[in-house]
Amino acid sequence: MATSSEAISLLLVTLAKVAVVLFILLTAIAYLVWVERKVVAHIQSRWGPYLVAPHGLLQPLADGLKFLFKEDIVPTEADRLVYWLAPFLAFTLAFLSISVIPFGESFQWRGHELFQITDLNVGVLFVLAVTSLGVYGIVLAGWASNSKYPLFGGLRSSAQMISYELSLGLALVGVVMVSGTLSLRRIVELQSGVWHAGSHSTFLPHWNVLVQPVGFLVYFTSAIAETNRVPFDLPEGETELVAGFHTEYSSFKFALFFIAEYANMVTVSCLATLLFFGGWLGPVFGPSWLHPLLSVFWFCLKVFCFLFFYIWMRGTLPRFRYDQLMAFGWKFLLPVGLLNILVTSFLLAWQSS
Amino acid sequence: MAALFYIVAGVAVLAALSVVLQRTPVYSALSLIVVLCSLAVLYLLIGAEFLAVIQVIVYAGAIMVLFVLVIMLLNARRETPGDRSRLAPLLGAPLLAVFLAEFFFVIVKQLPRGSESSAAPLDSGPAAIGGLLFRNYVLPFEVTSVLILVAILGAVVLAKKEL
Repeated sequence: MATSSEAISLLLVTLAKVAVVLFILLTAIAYLVWVERKVVAHIQSRWGPYLVAPHGLLQPLADGLKFLFKEDIVPTEADRLVYWLAPFLAFTLAFLSISVIPFGESFQWRGHELFQITDLNVGVLFVLAVTSLGVYGIVLAGWASNSKYPLFGGLRSSAQMISYELSLGLALVGVVMVSGTLSLRRIVELQSGVWHAGSHSTFLPHWNVLVQPVGFLVYFTSAIAETNRVPFDLPEGETELVAGFHTEYSSFKFALFFIAEYANMVTVSCLATLLFFGGWLGPVFGPSWLHPLLSVFWFCLKVFCFLFFYIWMRGTLPRFRYDQLMAFGWKFLLPVGLLNILVTSFLLAWQSS
Repeated sequence: MAALFYIVAGVAVLAALSVVLQRTPVYSALSLIVVLCSLAVLYLLIGAEFLAVIQVIVYAGAIMVLFVLVIMLLNARRETPGDRSRLAPLLGAPLLAVFLAEFFFVIVKQLPRGSESSAAPLDSGPAAIGGLLFRNYVLPFEVTSVLILVAILGAVVLAKKEL
């Protein structure tokens, strides 16, 4: 058992880590929105936000203030308690899964791991569990508003998220089988090194995306559907449902949903980086004090590439129709995910025999 | 650890009472989710991380989502007690008393004598549980999956008039 002073220092360090991660993440999300507006604008030959500070750099701040000072309208027929609960649930769950993400190589300070809030030995499953709870925020928001468009949005999204959660989980099974562990840190460590062709070493890194290419495609497609983004953003398809589940939400409660959606994007991008693209692994050079910082830099760069891809997709692809979405999830992604597990297990058994 | 156990156990009991006592179906379902999540925390406290996470994924994340979905689809608002529901407490109270007596009898009988806990720590990792499921209990495991398949087929037959 840990002594009480150890327990207190663990608590303090953990709280400090949570505060720092939360601050960085919220700032990053605010600027992710700015990046999204700018990139989509440039894809569509527009300028995007330009008025607040040079290149609209302070636009997130202006948006945040606007959200805070707008009138908070609650529909009279709404179920008050659940109506309040839903945005907080969505927000909390979106940020909970970040707690097991390792941001960089192991870097100890007085026995405390600095680049990860906590290393759970079932990290992959923890993220899945939190993601599976995330649907409640949307469903309850749709129900509590007591209005038809939010209800449709809530129903659509719950059906969508349940369907795509299956293929998401199946895609991760392949990686877990190859790695033989559920700890995110261990999975990344196993991806270090380069491929060897005979006695020659190639420049290709030993990333899981090359071992599990099908798994990665299934994962990322389902992840886009899980986060309700284009081309799977049917829960908020504005041409059919006004704005989907958050139609009746205004002011700061709407902002909470908005932040939660972007936090979920960050989470699935982090998970894709860790599981398939070698996490924080990358070229390391310079003095030894630079190495931990470089690992964090590589991790952030990879995550940013995924986030950029999200935005790029939004600017490029039209929205799926609802029946197409369901058919794609159940009749294509799910069988492909199952087949991937089958092939992987055969190959693993063949390799070990 | 002990303090945490009593807090979480208290939350579980209160939420379980709320499942039964709420008049609005959605509130009952939400209380049940709280019960299931606090059970997961109890598993965490005894070191069964895998079981805790699976509990959340399967029960809170999959089964209860379906419950909530159905309640929403039926648009079930606050329940109004009917004529026959006045009979329920008369019949239910004796049954509840019998059940509680039995429950406490079993618990008191199972309580370990003395202060030391007799149970050896179990390996509750994914590998150990997988080994048990696919070696020692492979038949019950497969039979359960067939049972679920039958249930799915039944649902399809009931829901689709023409196949």
